[in-house]
Amino acid sequence: MELVLALGIGVLVGSGVWLLLRPRTYQVIIGLSLISYAVNLFIFSMGRLRVDAPPILGPAGSGPAAYADPVPQALVLTAIVIGFATTALFLVVLLASRGLADTDHVDGQERR
Amino acid sequence: MTDDILLISMVVLPFVGAIIAAFLPTKARNAESWLAGAVACGALGCAVLAYPAIAAGGALRTEIPWLASSGLTLVFRMDGFAWLFAMLVSGIGFLVVLYARYYMSPEDPVPRFFSFFLAFMGSMLGMVLSGNLIQLVIFWEMTSIFSFLLIGYWYHNASAREGARISLTVTGTGGMALLGGVLLLGHIVGSYDLDEVLSAGDLIRNHPLYLPTLILILLGAFTKSAQFPFHFWLPNAMAAPTPVSAYLHSATLVKAGVFLMARLWPVMAGTPEWFWLVGMAGLSSLLLAAYFAIFQQDLKGLLAYSTISHLGLITVLLSLSSPLGAVAAIFHMVNHATFKASLFMAAGIIDHETGTRDMRRLSGLFRFMPITATLAMVASAAMAGVPLLNGFLSKEMFFAEAIETHVPSILDTVTPYVAVLASLFSVTYSIRFIQAVFFGPPPVGLPRTPHEPPFWMRLPVSLLVLSCLVVGAIPGRTIEPFLRLAVTSVLGEATPEFSLAVWHGLNVPLVMSVIALVGGALLSVALRRYLATSQDGPPFFRRLKGQRIFDRLVALVASDGPRFLERYLTTRRLQPQLRLLVAAAILAAFLPLWRQGPGLGGLTFPPVFDPIFALVWVVGTVCAVIAAYQAKFHRLAALALLGGAGLCVCVSFVWLSAPDLALTQLLVEIVTTVLILLGLRWLPKRVEAAMPVPLSLATRVQRLRDLILAVLAGLGMMLLSYAVMMRPAGQTVGAYFLDRAYTEGGGTNVVNVTLVDFRGFDTLGEITVLAIVALTVFALLRRFRPAPDSIAPPMQQQIQRKFDVAAPDREDGATLSDYLYVPSLIMQWLFPIVIVLAIYLFLRGHDLPGGGFAAGIAMTSAFIMQYMAVGTRWLEDRLRVLPLVWMGFGLLLATATGIGSSLFGYPFLTSHSRYLEIPLIGKVPAASALLFDLGVFSLVLGATVLMLIAIAHQSIRRIGPVRAANKAEEA
Repeated sequence: MELVLALGIGVLVGSGVWLLLRPRTYQVIIGLSLISYAVNLFIFSMGRLRVDAPPILGPAGSGPAAYADPVPQALVLTAIVIGFATTALFLVVLLASRGLADTDHVDGQERR
Repeated sequence: MTDDILLISMVVLPFVGAIIAAFLPTKARNAESWLAGAVACGALGCAVLAYPAIAAGGALRTEIPWLASSGLTLVFRMDGFAWLFAMLVSGIGFLVVLYARYYMSPEDPVPRFFSFFLAFMGSMLGMVLSGNLIQLVIFWEMTSIFSFLLIGYWYHNASAREGARISLTVTGTGGMALLGGVLLLGHIVGSYDLDEVLSAGDLIRNHPLYLPTLILILLGAFTKSAQFPFHFWLPNAMAAPTPVSAYLHSATLVKAGVFLMARLWPVMAGTPEWFWLVGMAGLSSLLLAAYFAIFQQDLKGLLAYSTISHLGLITVLLSLSSPLGAVAAIFHMVNHATFKASLFMAAGIIDHETGTRDMRRLSGLFRFMPITATLAMVASAAMAGVPLLNGFLSKEMFFAEAIETHVPSILDTVTPYVAVLASLFSVTYSIRFIQAVFFGPPPVGLPRTPHEPPFWMRLPVSLLVLSCLVVGAIPGRTIEPFLRLAVTSVLGEATPEFSLAVWHGLNVPLVMSVIALVGGALLSVALRRYLATSQDGPPFFRRLKGQRIFDRLVALVASDGPRFLERYLTTRRLQPQLRLLVAAAILAAFLPLWRQGPGLGGLTFPPVFDPIFALVWVVGTVCAVIAAYQAKFHRLAALALLGGAGLCVCVSFVWLSAPDLALTQLLVEIVTTVLILLGLRWLPKRVEAAMPVPLSLATRVQRLRDLILAVLAGLGMMLLSYAVMMRPAGQTVGAYFLDRAYTEGGGTNVVNVTLVDFRGFDTLGEITVLAIVALTVFALLRRFRPAPDSIAPPMQQQIQRKFDVAAPDREDGATLSDYLYVPSLIMQWLFPIVIVLAIYLFLRGHDLPGGGFAAGIAMTSAFIMQYMAVGTRWLEDRLRVLPLVWMGFGLLLATATGIGSSLFGYPFLTSHSRYLEIPLIGKVPAASALLFDLGVFSLVLGATVLMLIAIAHQSIRRIGPVRAANKAEEA
């Protein structure tokens, strides 16, 4: 399971970085989204992977060891929402730049 | 206890006054003046009330613990020296307020003036009363900032902006140096407390870091007190309103530097380094500025250079490291403050009543304003050091110290000669000030007919001049006890015996005074003709301006240098920058691994291998790779594949015991997709060529490089996360949260309890960020427009439209309006259902997966569905969508809940929890954290809706009239 998730994170980052380095704004926005998935998973995995142990306390207290670590989850939860906000901001900048420069190149002008 | 209140209110009062002053109406000149005057009087009153305690021989001291664990405590401390300065700052502050009431014209926006003025006074008092060095530096920087705002008060005036900018750059840079020096000092002593620093003199002077500390602290002091070669900002600052100059350049801002030098004198002075550095700066300022002052044509320019010169005198006195020198320095600080404040005010009156400050145009004003003229004459006599006035006393003390030998060296030998020469110059410029303005033929061609100013405008000048006279005539009965108090608090046991008397007998200093007075008078006669018509600025030095060198330096640092670097070392293109960034990140992660050994050894295959989980990730990775491959030409496909990868992440969260994350991820995935879909239509159409053009070699190389970087980054992240995941987890704070979530947070969903309770403050910060981003999106879209639609209506819509037009019984667009009729009906019906779902998610959040974030986004999707189903206009006609209000409400509620806990005496954001029995529904958790979560919910809802509809609204915006006209012209 760890290996699979690690591979997944690796592929997401790889695809994201490739897109990040492309010249079109849309490619960059997709790339950033992929990277943010990977980073969220990475932070989440810092709490180690647990199956069937959500951090929701059962009726009888069974000690912290019975649950997954809630801290990375709390971190990632807000990160997801803020990730949405930054995507929106980037999209707007992209649209404004396209409106002003009439191109969707990241530099605001086509390469000469 | 009363002492505490006195000290704290002295500092707090001006700031409170500044805030009130800022909100008074623009024209409220009288109300502002009463307020500012009352504040200054209040501070003065506090100082007067504190006098008995200080005179009894103690320093008042009060501490407010702030971060006590890090040794950071706010300390206010008032000894005799601080008391003297506090009296000067508040007393002269009061007089300047009175003066400014009549000086400022009705057109000037006075709230800004008095607000900055009071804030400046507060910073100055705070600096004087600081008992902690870091705190002192903070107040020091605040004086820099507020003086910047005051100097630039008339910001429509280019010279005011320039002067303010230069003064901020110079004093701000000095402040940075001072901070460095203070940090070193704290490092040497082991404490930032002023009392402890002052009792560690030997330790400081013998420490190997003494010289760098000294240089840094002196840089701060010299820039603030406009000592050579940092003097040039002060004449530029004369573009400020005269009350500002009168205050800043007599009693306050520029005195801060010499105040600090005197404050640290007992522990820093007495070394050859101190003597040379301070002495050189002081002597050159003393002499050069006095020489420059003679040749100024602007009244305030003359006073500005004279200020530099007198500050130089104080600096020289401090450099001598003799206790009597320090006494004279402190005495001269007070004297200079009084006569220079009155002279600035007099210059302001002349400017105010005649309309010019140019000494070539002014003359013979004595007959128009005899009282002001007399006052100005007495004040400039004090500046020149004429007997029976206060300036004479401190100057005699200076001469007496100058002829003593302190450190045998050439600098010490020349000091008396420089002193006499500078004093001679100061007599010359004082005479010139009076003679050029008040005597001679009546003025011609002045902008205004001169006359006496109102009584109340002259009153501050009269009081100051009176004090010059009284102190000068009977020093022993007036200033001496206060001076002794101040000196004792600085020098302690080293306080020398001194007596202030007008007549010390026929001695060398008296002879020097006589030489200066006679020589200065002769020089002024000799220069009279030349000066009547000469250019502004001294001969020989006119071309050499500190300011020009400064401008060069600034240009080098701020524009030319970066431009050079940008051209030859960097690029404006984003791709190479990002490439470097990625490469640097990879290196940064790789280097420690390489140094420490890989640390990956001993890794084994994981014990559990779940084929279904693997299958999920096969889908996920394929989605990601194809999205990367197709994002250029097939945007919609890439977006769908991105969603696929996102879903895969979501499934992993479910699988790996993170239901909250899965829920949030799923909902965010939906709104993100909608968001990007909304944006897609404004991107230029891009079609893959049927026969792809063969790629150039450069492109191939570039792509290969990017591919290598991408693969390296992916591999690195994979190894890194695998290495971490295979290691046993250490002890984390998570166990603590799990332990206390129910007993103290009152909820069983630990993630939610963490968010709204344990780490509530973080969450408050995060939702604030969210609000800021949403507002930025909103603001950007109000200002900028996307490109006009680049894609024509789809084929299907065109055909339907043609059908409508052709059919006689159908209106144009009728079919289009029924577009997706059934789905849209279903979406309308879904509205209440999704809202109920959101409320459900919200309410269960504390105990089960859900909570404010997820509920907020669920609610957003309810709104977005309505927008898609019925269209923006239709919906907004019927439903009030007020995302800005929701956001504001959410932020206020979350903050108010936090503050609420402090009403009950708990720290910010402490939550209270209990369960309530509600009939029919049953046990409902009612923690105060629920209110906080409601704030989160409301803000998330507002922010996401705001961002989405801001973009959605672009579709219905019409092109503005200007742009439409331009378009028509082009066509």
